[in-house]
Amino acid sequence: MPADVTTTPGGNTSAAQAPSDNATGVDVSAARSALNDVEQVPGAAKPDPILVADGIKRQFGGLTAVDVEHVEIQRGVITALIGPNGAGKTTFFNLLTGFDRPNEGTWSFNDHSLNKVPAYKVSRMGMVRTFQLTKVLSKMTVIENMLVGATGQRGEGLFSAMFAFLWRSEEDANTVRADDLLERFLLIKKREDFAGSLSGGQRKLLEMARALMANPELVMLDEPMAGVNPALKQSLLGHVKSLRDEGRTVLFVEHDMDMVRDISDWVIVMAQGQIVAEGPPDAVMANPAVIDAYLGSHHDQDISEEEEDQILAEANAEIERSHEAAHQEDHRRG
Amino acid sequence: MAETDTPTVDRSAHLAAADGAVLRADNLIAGYLPGVNILNGADLYCHEGELVGIIGPNGAGKSTLLKALFGLVKIGSGTVKLKGDDITNERADTLVTKGIGFVPQTNNIFPSLTIQENLEMGVYQRPASFKKRFEFVGELFPALLDRRGQRAGSLSGGERQMVAMGRALMMEPSVLLLDEPSAGLSPVLQDEVFVQTRRINRAGVSVIMVEQNASRCLQISDRGYVMDQGTSAYTGTGRELIKDPKVIELYLGTLGKK
Repeated sequence: MPADVTTTPGGNTSAAQAPSDNATGVDVSAARSALNDVEQVPGAAKPDPILVADGIKRQFGGLTAVDVEHVEIQRGVITALIGPNGAGKTTFFNLLTGFDRPNEGTWSFNDHSLNKVPAYKVSRMGMVRTFQLTKVLSKMTVIENMLVGATGQRGEGLFSAMFAFLWRSEEDANTVRADDLLERFLLIKKREDFAGSLSGGQRKLLEMARALMANPELVMLDEPMAGVNPALKQSLLGHVKSLRDEGRTVLFVEHDMDMVRDISDWVIVMAQGQIVAEGPPDAVMANPAVIDAYLGSHHDQDISEEEEDQILAEANAEIERSHEAAHQEDHRRG
Repeated sequence: MAETDTPTVDRSAHLAAADGAVLRADNLIAGYLPGVNILNGADLYCHEGELVGIIGPNGAGKSTLLKALFGLVKIGSGTVKLKGDDITNERADTLVTKGIGFVPQTNNIFPSLTIQENLEMGVYQRPASFKKRFEFVGELFPALLDRRGQRAGSLSGGERQMVAMGRALMMEPSVLLLDEPSAGLSPVLQDEVFVQTRRINRAGVSVIMVEQNASRCLQISDRGYVMDQGTSAYTGTGRELIKDPKVIELYLGTLGKK
């Protein structure tokens, strides 16, 4: 099947092909070197931001999961979002991509506001994400999963779906693109297999490949390395780098520090819902604020026995407040 | 990992020190899937009245170690002994009657039951001792007594953790295992969990806690273990470990140095 695919004509399919092609016309090396002049502080302004968020707040009952004052993501580079467990990274991802709504805040992609834009529209705008626990459609084949990822298809309408001549050529073109991507992500041999039969690492690859079907400008990866065996890790790393090299912006959440160090151009560190540090990987990982975030902050002193009662009292007050907040929320929602 | 010169625990010294421990695990090899081991020879002991903290980066095997001690992960080789008796691979419900209490990280309460019913569930194998243990738990967590009729599902994260700990204490365990009790809580509530854990320990219960908040955990611990890739990479008093640059390195990689 891949052999005859290359001969099929398809005008709009050339975009996301060979890694050397630049899909978006972004000057990647300029974008990367521009980061040298960016101040290494939380919320630093970037020369060419693709994504900008302001005052994003998300509360669950009394717990503030995300409280990001300001952040900008530079176009054309790989940005890592790191932080200890429970820092709010995935929640922040969900908010940015429309899978969850913040209590307050504004954010925009390519200067288009994304407030109240549903997830499917966000992805059509060119900002596509993957999930930590992959969401492949396990009872569809690999190629069907890929075709579902294509956006703006003419056959989507109830009326137009009945007339194959309206969409057949487009479907063919999409299939060519899907096959090329499967080839690139080493999944072509699994083309007709059910996605449910793939290994965890292969699912990650499939999800990434499917995301590319939408030809996104910004690819957001939630823990791409989680659950991937070491042999596949290297090839995944290569794939992420190739996304950047073809001009796409990459934002990823990751716990694997070796990967972060290896491929990121810029690192943003979250802790307790806030951004606590930004900078190139080496600088960030030597930053005392980051070490605090990972090992627990302000904790050079012990809790003395006298302080214990005070802490318990403070905790009780906080619990009371959260009950109050939950109560009010119930009230508001009727 | 980038570096290979990380010194491991001196096993012979560790074995000698483990003598007479209330709970000890030797050379545990275990995992969830055949052929994929998460624990690659983990050692651990806890003496009577000791508070032992286990820290380590994500995926180091901390929670798996705790689950293996409690019979929730099948141990391929190695032994677990409680007061000298071999309890390797015994069922969790048997271990509860033998004196091990376990508080899982998530889903650790019955949300549709009241606080009191949750505590009753903790002692269903020995209903007669409910009253006595309820008093003990009530003294540690007076706030739970005040709300005993409230549905546990309506509680906040911090309170749920107290209910879960309280329930595990109902069986009067000799060792209490806590799996990341501070995860997902605000800083103040995290501190509360650590204070409560220390108080439980002071009340005479030996505690082994796995924690993501490494420095708080090491502060309240008598002794700590740092796990890496399924083994106990370091052990020492909490104070020693908290200052050890190698521990920071394990979390954050090589800090950009060679």
